Amino acid sequence: MRLEAIEDQTWPRRLLPPLIALSVTVVIASGLAMLAGANPFSVLGLILQGAFGSQFAILETLNRATPLIFTGLAVAVAFRAKFWNIGAEAQLYAGALVTVVLGTGVLQWPSLALLPLLAVLAVLAGACLLLVPAVLKTRFGVDEVVTTLLFNFIFLLFISMLLEGPLKDPMGMGWPKSARLLPEARLPRMVDGLRLHWGFGLALISAGAVWIIQSRSTLGYEMRAVGLNKNAAAFAGIPVNRVLIKTALLSGGLAALAGFSEVAGVKGSLTLDLSPGFGYTGIIVAMLALLHPIGVVFAALFVAGIFVGADSMSRAAGVPTYLADIMLATALLLMVLAILLMRFRIVRG
Amino acid sequence: MEIFEILMSVSFWAAAIRIASPLILGTLGELICERAGVLNLGIEGIMVSGAFAGWMAVYSGTGLWTGVGVAMCVGMSFGLLHSVLTVPFGLSQHVVGLGVTLLATSGTYYAYRLALPEVTSPPKIEAFQPFEIPFLSDIPGIGPALFSQTPLTYLAFGLVLVVSLVLYRTPLGLAVRAAGENPAAVAAQGLSVTAIRMGAVTVGSGFMAMGGAFLTMSAFDSFFFEMVNGRGWICIALVVFGSWRPGKALLGAVLFAAFDALQIRMQQTSLGADVPYQIFLMMPYILSILALVVMSRRAEVPAALMVPFNKGER
Repeated sequence: MRLEAIEDQTWPRRLLPPLIALSVTVVIASGLAMLAGANPFSVLGLILQGAFGSQFAILETLNRATPLIFTGLAVAVAFRAKFWNIGAEAQLYAGALVTVVLGTGVLQWPSLALLPLLAVLAVLAGACLLLVPAVLKTRFGVDEVVTTLLFNFIFLLFISMLLEGPLKDPMGMGWPKSARLLPEARLPRMVDGLRLHWGFGLALISAGAVWIIQSRSTLGYEMRAVGLNKNAAAFAGIPVNRVLIKTALLSGGLAALAGFSEVAGVKGSLTLDLSPGFGYTGIIVAMLALLHPIGVVFAALFVAGIFVGADSMSRAAGVPTYLADIMLATALLLMVLAILLMRFRIVRG
Repeated sequence: MEIFEILMSVSFWAAAIRIASPLILGTLGELICERAGVLNLGIEGIMVSGAFAGWMAVYSGTGLWTGVGVAMCVGMSFGLLHSVLTVPFGLSQHVVGLGVTLLATSGTYYAYRLALPEVTSPPKIEAFQPFEIPFLSDIPGIGPALFSQTPLTYLAFGLVLVVSLVLYRTPLGLAVRAAGENPAAVAAQGLSVTAIRMGAVTVGSGFMAMGGAFLTMSAFDSFFFEMVNGRGWICIALVVFGSWRPGKALLGAVLFAAFDALQIRMQQTSLGADVPYQIFLMMPYILSILALVVMSRRAEVPAALMVPFNKGER
């Protein structure tokens, strides 16, 4: 078999593959739910209900989507330039680390000054962390997939060391956990009485900002050019390495905001389980969004919905929550295939 | 001086060889995939699936070697999935690989929860026992270190030899290497690049799963979440470190494992009392990155690695 590009894509050609991909995902999830002895229809209903069925559920989904928007943006920005940042998890913790180091009493500032400063420094920390793999790539040709992945392990051990050492909360009953943030360092709620903090607002603003950078700025153009064809970009006079470094800085900074927002908006302190893999899930979010920053917002809501819904479904129907991860992995693999089949047809021979 | 004592002890080298075994198998598997031109980031998840599948098979009553076979079959099916998406369809190897890792990991955890819903601590199996090779294991020093290992370790070392011979001494190996260097030339010979690459990824994934199975069936006798713990990613680094050659990759794996065994022992020394244990745990990862920096300059990357091949496109 081989693939043949389709010049004029008809509407069914554009719509059917993604729809089939999603349907197959649902069918597979239903089958797995049946294996667990549950009624597949009730399982899917419970997931939807748990994710979007009540005000509480919706707020929970929005809260869960917030870090995913940041990590999704971080991955989308990097992947667009074919810079494979798999280290959003570490950069997230870098942002969280800065937030607890400076937000627990070192700086006694009013909220309006402290929060922006924490956010900016968190961004810098994440950017610096990703700068190392970026420089190793541009200077020494070291593959960034491996280095960013290994950095996740190194940085988590580093955080663990700090939480059992200098950052350990003396009032923490021996748990490896940092002191709590000052009230001034906590992100306020967006609407009084609703459990949704300003991290979500910041995430939406970031998505808008990334979209503008990508579509309206020279850097955005250069990042796309480098991603499409490095050699051609270099030939056209684009400083490829410099663009890659800038991409890395932006990507690392965005991922760090996830850590800032989780600590300042939700947890109030730093523990080793701050992120249940938000950095890795960001890759799925970015891919489902076709690397488009506005798409990242919707993909993050979808992914967060599946996680939140699966949590509540698991409690009600007794199906393991890992069903959510399986659904996402299946959706991811089928969607990349579907996107290909929107533009190519399979020919024999 | 404590380091010197550790380095001279037989138990240290025996541990290093044991720790190296799953890395050798995983690295060989990745090396086969990459030699054919496909980066397989599914390795981490495939090792998890192999670790579970082999252990579960033995727990449900099959023999140990059947368990290894089951693990390989599971790994090969994930490899087949990976290769269908990346080879004929030419999808991004990064995305598909990470997707396969997620699918294999979550699928494994799901299966574990379904198979053992009630247990709090996973059951144990009768794992592979060390087998002392007659005469060789009596050599002082290296005997107990090298020749009193479990059968899967001997298999791992043997497979390095086999893969080397196949890659460099057979037409099949030539075809695999050419598929990773110059696929158009392979196609011009009338061979199918698609078939060669898919085969390499599938077989390589079987090796990775065997590496995972080593953890549950040789190193330990039970399955835990997070037990692979980044070993798959280390294997990817080891392939680069070994310049895509099985022998050098073996050397890298043993070096890495020796370092890992050393840091575990260093934690017990007087130095370990002053330095946080996390520093020791970080060392192998930092070492991997440093090794990559040193090796990447003269790395002989397969020319067509990560380049999809579509017949008719020239």
